[in-house]
Amino acid sequence: MTHKPVRSSLPTRRDFLKTAGTASVVALTIGFEWAATGRRAVAAVTPPGATFTPNAFLRIGSDNRVTVIAKHLEMGQGTYTGIATIVAEELDADWTTVSVESAPADAKRYANLVFGTLQGTGGSSAMANSWAQLRDAGAKARAMLLSAAAKDWHVPVAELTTDKGMVYHAAGKRQATYGSLVKTALSLPVPDNVVLKDPKNFKLIGARPPRVDAAAKTDGSAQFTLDFVLPGMLVALLKRPPLFGATVKSFDATAAAAVPGVVKVVQVPGGIAVVAKGFWAAKLGRDALKIEWDDSKAEKRSSSALMAEYRRLADQPALSARKVGDAHKAIGDATRRVSASYEFPYLAHAPMEPLDAVVKLDASSCEIWAGDQFQTIDQANAAHTAGLDPKQVSIHTLYAGGSFGRRANTISDYIVEAVSIAKAFGADGTPIKLQWTREDDIHGGLYRPMYFHKLEAGLNAQGELTGWHHVIVGQSIIADTIFAAGIKDGIDSTSVEGAANIAYAIPNIAVDLSTTKTGVPVLWWRVVGSSHTTFAVEAFIDEAAHVAGVDGFTFRRKLLEHEPRMKAVLELAAEKAGWNAGPLPPGRGRGIAVAEAFKTFVAQVAEVTVDRDGNVKVDRVVCAVDCGTPINPDIITAQMEGGIGFGLGAVMHSAITLKDGRVEQGNFNNYRVLRMNEMPKIEVHIVPSTAPPTGVGEPGVAPIGPAVANAIFAATGKRVHALPFGKVGVA
Amino acid sequence: MPTTFRLNGQTATLDADPSMPLLWALREVAGLHGTKFGCGMAMCGACTVHLDGQAVRSCVMPLSAVEGRDITTIEGLHSKQAKAVQAAWVELQVPQCGYCQSGQVMSATALLEKNAAPTDADIDSAMSGNICRCATYQRIRAAIHSAAQSLKV
Repeated sequence: MTHKPVRSSLPTRRDFLKTAGTASVVALTIGFEWAATGRRAVAAVTPPGATFTPNAFLRIGSDNRVTVIAKHLEMGQGTYTGIATIVAEELDADWTTVSVESAPADAKRYANLVFGTLQGTGGSSAMANSWAQLRDAGAKARAMLLSAAAKDWHVPVAELTTDKGMVYHAAGKRQATYGSLVKTALSLPVPDNVVLKDPKNFKLIGARPPRVDAAAKTDGSAQFTLDFVLPGMLVALLKRPPLFGATVKSFDATAAAAVPGVVKVVQVPGGIAVVAKGFWAAKLGRDALKIEWDDSKAEKRSSSALMAEYRRLADQPALSARKVGDAHKAIGDATRRVSASYEFPYLAHAPMEPLDAVVKLDASSCEIWAGDQFQTIDQANAAHTAGLDPKQVSIHTLYAGGSFGRRANTISDYIVEAVSIAKAFGADGTPIKLQWTREDDIHGGLYRPMYFHKLEAGLNAQGELTGWHHVIVGQSIIADTIFAAGIKDGIDSTSVEGAANIAYAIPNIAVDLSTTKTGVPVLWWRVVGSSHTTFAVEAFIDEAAHVAGVDGFTFRRKLLEHEPRMKAVLELAAEKAGWNAGPLPPGRGRGIAVAEAFKTFVAQVAEVTVDRDGNVKVDRVVCAVDCGTPINPDIITAQMEGGIGFGLGAVMHSAITLKDGRVEQGNFNNYRVLRMNEMPKIEVHIVPSTAPPTGVGEPGVAPIGPAVANAIFAATGKRVHALPFGKVGVA
Repeated sequence: MPTTFRLNGQTATLDADPSMPLLWALREVAGLHGTKFGCGMAMCGACTVHLDGQAVRSCVMPLSAVEGRDITTIEGLHSKQAKAVQAAWVELQVPQCGYCQSGQVMSATALLEKNAAPTDADIDSAMSGNICRCATYQRIRAAIHSAAQSLKV
């Protein structure tokens, strides 16, 4: 197969940043200016001793160090390694010389191209939106280093080759490190076009270069926000209202202020903050606060009452999210009918690192250190809170101890709290770290919404699906946020993704949405809409397959004839799992599910054992994934493993419930997540592909719930209709 | 009132509220940041340290309780078991977000220091108190087996 050279054709605005760094290190930096405001003059030389301003994607030092500047948050998904791999591949860098640092908040240079003009990480988009951009950056840097060698050696560029950070001239028996060429390269123009590598020549992409952060995350030296300290820094804990929507009526800080180490107690819009010389003093101070709350406008309903209301709404008229043919008529005319409903609780993200942020605020600047996920939005919200211009707000993005969507919220809740505390403290430049506790996190809202799904389908005499009606009831994630413009004709696509775009070839489809409003703040949670829609669709299609008398794999495959990538992962998972190897012993069962999320296709086969008490043990999961060009197969595998474990904990154990508006859970004792003893054996199979890469951080979560639920049915004959399922068959 | 104990092989005297959990004394008084805060009630294991060689949760242990005792944190791990565990962690690319991994490494090391050839059941028993929200459990299990294997040679 011949490869057609890919001409990189990125936007025309380019800057070549020539930077002489500190002391002896000369750095070559390639940058791209996206704004259409004309060619920008960028400081050619950073004064000696100054901190280098990373306004680009790549820096090469005369010491041969290659620094890749990451515009995306590293929260575990391996994005730093993926980003560095793309750059290093086209650069032909020596992987052992590559390191990564985070980009500043600067949407002009570091926007997520999937988000448009916003800098941020989410929607499993980091690799997809960086692919062309960073290949181009790496390839142009390499081209300049080649030109530099050609100039130094007075030989044609065509006679030069590169490998692992070196330029070679075979005929002249000459070689040079990239670092030694930096000085000459600085004087050269950035090429307008560059030929990207033929994928068959990839050395790093598709290989398994080790994660850039693995060692530091093994010896305790990796720095999270929890670990970030500035001289004179104080620690703040915030007492928030016990009910969503309540506010402070009055408070007495006498006892709190008397706690040794407490420096100040301040009122902020979010509650009462205790600022102290350390966490423990702040905690004791917060415990000593006496607060009377005004809960006149608070949400006081129980989640059970909300679910009862959702069930009722499912039978009321709703808005159409998808309509093909006449599903009502088809179901009415059907030979056989099947119906079911599924209930999904509120879910907390519960990242291991409770939310935290360090803020240094004075009259003219606000500096933030956090595991920041939505830099542009957080910058704007921080500026608004501080009464500053966004340009006066700088953000240093640190490693995040998990997020799963939690840090990507449009109200910037924890950032705004930290800034408001620094402001109320006096905006005097005192660095303050806002630290959440686990209870703050579990009580803190911004949950995956609670949903009710109701499905009905009709089959003809041949056992083929003729009609499909799916009703979804629940809150909108993007309503009343800056993303609300994404709601079209009343449909929040994040409520129906995975359901409205159902891939199965069914002649009559109706998907309806009833959007509810409650006082409980909600947010996207790993894999967003597909965290519930995939369960409903894949559990229900299994019920339909059973009514048709066909096994779940065969039934699905027939409906996916026109979805080759989805069908391929389904077949691969089934084959590797031994789907046709015959039934498992009594008490055990196999279930299958498939999903597309963020343009990545994932199928999973789960094997479970259910004991006589209804305890479910997931023994094995076989996963097949098609995410386009696999950039780092080991990270893809890790994300599938982790996504399966994360999803499994949720469907088995996790729920946020409200009693009269009060969250009933508080910590990992009653907000249960997956533990070591419950982790199944997981095998991951990656579909070879040369398609553009898509994301892997989230999609692995989607199919595990229904795959397990379908396996439980195979083992016990019992269907799961409410999550978390806990024990099977126990009311 | 100061508390004196062995910290990573050296005598340490920390002048802090004796009721302060060891976690915060280590982090904010001794300046050792490898030990993490995850739950504050011994439910997640992110704060795991060794007390006289036993894996314990420092978030619920008052500083006063370690007077005269021997505490090892991730920064002070030097045993051959610890080195084998950390080498296996990197070899098998265990960490994702990495936040819980100090605690995981401390629990795994304590396990191998007592049990040279742990079974899967031994690993479940020793490691189920350490939550990883990234669910790196499969690799943790494999890395513990790999470390045990490497120590046999």
